[in-house]
Amino acid sequence: MQSNFLKKIVPYTFVFPALLLLAIFSLVPIVIALLISFTGLDITGLGDWSQIKFVGLSNYLQLFQDNAFLQSILNTVVYVVVGVPLVIIVSLTIAILINSGRNSFFKMMRLVFYTPSITNTVAVAVVWTYLYNPSLGLFNTLLAKVGIAPIGWLTDPNVAKLSLIILAVWKAVGLNMLIFLAALQGVPRSLYEAAELDGANYWEQTRHITLPSLKFSIFFVTVTTLIAWFQFFDEPFVMTKGGPLNSTNSVALFVYQNGFQNSNFGYAAAGSFVMFVAIIVATIIQFKLQEKQRGE
Amino acid sequence: MVEIKLEHISKKYVGAKGYSVTDFNLKIKDKEFIVFVGPSGCGKSTTLRMIAGLEGITQGGLYIDEKKVNDEAPKDRDIAMVFQNYALYPHMTVFDNMAFGLKLRKYSEVEIEKRVQNAAQILGLADFLKRKPAALSGGQRQRVALGRAIVRDAPIFLMDEPLSNLDAKLRVSMRAEIAKLHRSLKTTTIYVTHDQTEAMTMADRIVVMRDGEIQQVGTPREVYEKPVNVFVADFIGAPATNFFDVTLQDGYVKTEARTFNLAVPEGINKVLKQAGYEGKKLILGVRPEHIHTERAFIETFPSATVKAKVVVSELLGSESILYTKVGDSEFVSKVDARDYLDPDQIVELGFDLNRSHFFDPETKESIL
Repeated sequence: MQSNFLKKIVPYTFVFPALLLLAIFSLVPIVIALLISFTGLDITGLGDWSQIKFVGLSNYLQLFQDNAFLQSILNTVVYVVVGVPLVIIVSLTIAILINSGRNSFFKMMRLVFYTPSITNTVAVAVVWTYLYNPSLGLFNTLLAKVGIAPIGWLTDPNVAKLSLIILAVWKAVGLNMLIFLAALQGVPRSLYEAAELDGANYWEQTRHITLPSLKFSIFFVTVTTLIAWFQFFDEPFVMTKGGPLNSTNSVALFVYQNGFQNSNFGYAAAGSFVMFVAIIVATIIQFKLQEKQRGE
Repeated sequence: MVEIKLEHISKKYVGAKGYSVTDFNLKIKDKEFIVFVGPSGCGKSTTLRMIAGLEGITQGGLYIDEKKVNDEAPKDRDIAMVFQNYALYPHMTVFDNMAFGLKLRKYSEVEIEKRVQNAAQILGLADFLKRKPAALSGGQRQRVALGRAIVRDAPIFLMDEPLSNLDAKLRVSMRAEIAKLHRSLKTTTIYVTHDQTEAMTMADRIVVMRDGEIQQVGTPREVYEKPVNVFVADFIGAPATNFFDVTLQDGYVKTEARTFNLAVPEGINKVLKQAGYEGKKLILGVRPEHIHTERAFIETFPSATVKAKVVVSELLGSESILYTKVGDSEFVSKVDARDYLDPDQIVELGFDLNRSHFFDPETKESIL
């Protein structure tokens, strides 16, 4: 009897430390954030808990009337809709190109494309701020050489979002390219040879062999990239502070500004929860699509 | 009608020191079943891949129906190939795997359906057309790979060790099936294997290769009965041929230690003497199945017998394999199951020198 009980309990002792850490640093904070989002917690409430007032759903109601929040949602949607497909297409293309050769040139290119991923975002953003500088920056200098009027990369509300996307794509390509490369190297050569004998040209081989073989890594990259871009934060935080005219403000940055700059913790928590739900929904949709595809 | 001609074909891989295939010459006739056989690394697969167009040809000319195709893309050579690991498209159903090549070549839906159904019928795959390769057994996957070749209706089939991933029993039955398939389709086939049994049982002609060079081309009977050198005699036949270093003297061959002293049949002795081997060294090759225990044989050729000690014996059912020893020489014989003997027993063995092979010790080539 007793040994039977032990047998059942032993596996749980192995997973317990991991579960404990997950609970302390992830699950509990999520629950606390949910609770805070129903309160008017601010700087005074932190010092004196009796000052914390339960406000029900009023934070959420207020959020959806707040133009700054609605604008940040819109901006985040643009980041996700433009950025995620761009990251996947660019990193997949680069991976396929790099995989087409084995010599040292291709090895070097792998390093070149991976480097942005291992450099610090803040340092990178500072450099890019110079590149984007309207009067001194490299981009406008080059444009001037071919007679194109200077572009307000970070100062023009219509362009600034795009500028941040370009930077973020450039930075995200490395890691995802590496994931695609690993998957590509797992595709047996004989599949391509068989397809070649079947009469498939390069494009047909890519379409019928390469892409289907990468289905799982494409799915993985899509989900992780989607989650990352929903939380788009570093680039606008360092380069534009959300400006000009809130045109680059993301939901994550909005949450930061309200929580840590204006100390409206309850309000910020509500905003972060909206983001949390959006990410969950998007991920579930992805999984469902994936299941449907596999079911075929 | 299709005829394949390989003229002085050589292959050297970029960065490799030597040639992988050297001066390969062969004419393959229409409807022929040719088997390339040899140990791993002998260049047989490389040669096949050059014919398919998957490897470039370093030197020489490859002709299909008198047309040089060295520089033609694989898809333009109209060749179907079966790969060792089947190379089935994992994300496609069995039907789509077979239909893929036809779709790319823009066949009509009706024609594709007809051809795939026909191939599925021949191969017994009709019930599996909607499955993906992962849901098939090894033998079924092999059939799909064959089906993919059949639907193409290509004039040439190439098969690269198609049976080596199957278990022993399945290999034997698939072997017969491929042979049957060739009899009904009559497609010119080049088949690569390292298994001499597959080569012997399936081939119209066998090409024995070693270190990138052709050793011998001939029918299974020819390479078995008249091996041109020690390598072919050793490689073809199982268990392998026994070789003895002997000296020819006064109509007898004897080993250095005098453990053997066998009378050479008159006719063979004459030929050997004419070739100038009297008093010289030779390599004698005797197949295990040409060493006998039957009384009748021993009484007919009393001067071609040896008394040997059994080291190991294996009973295979209808026959026994005896591993025996005389002095320093060890050799194997394949005898009737009745003559199974326990180790350490002494057995009298008669050598059928009429069916034995004599090789020059320097060149290792056959003398007769």
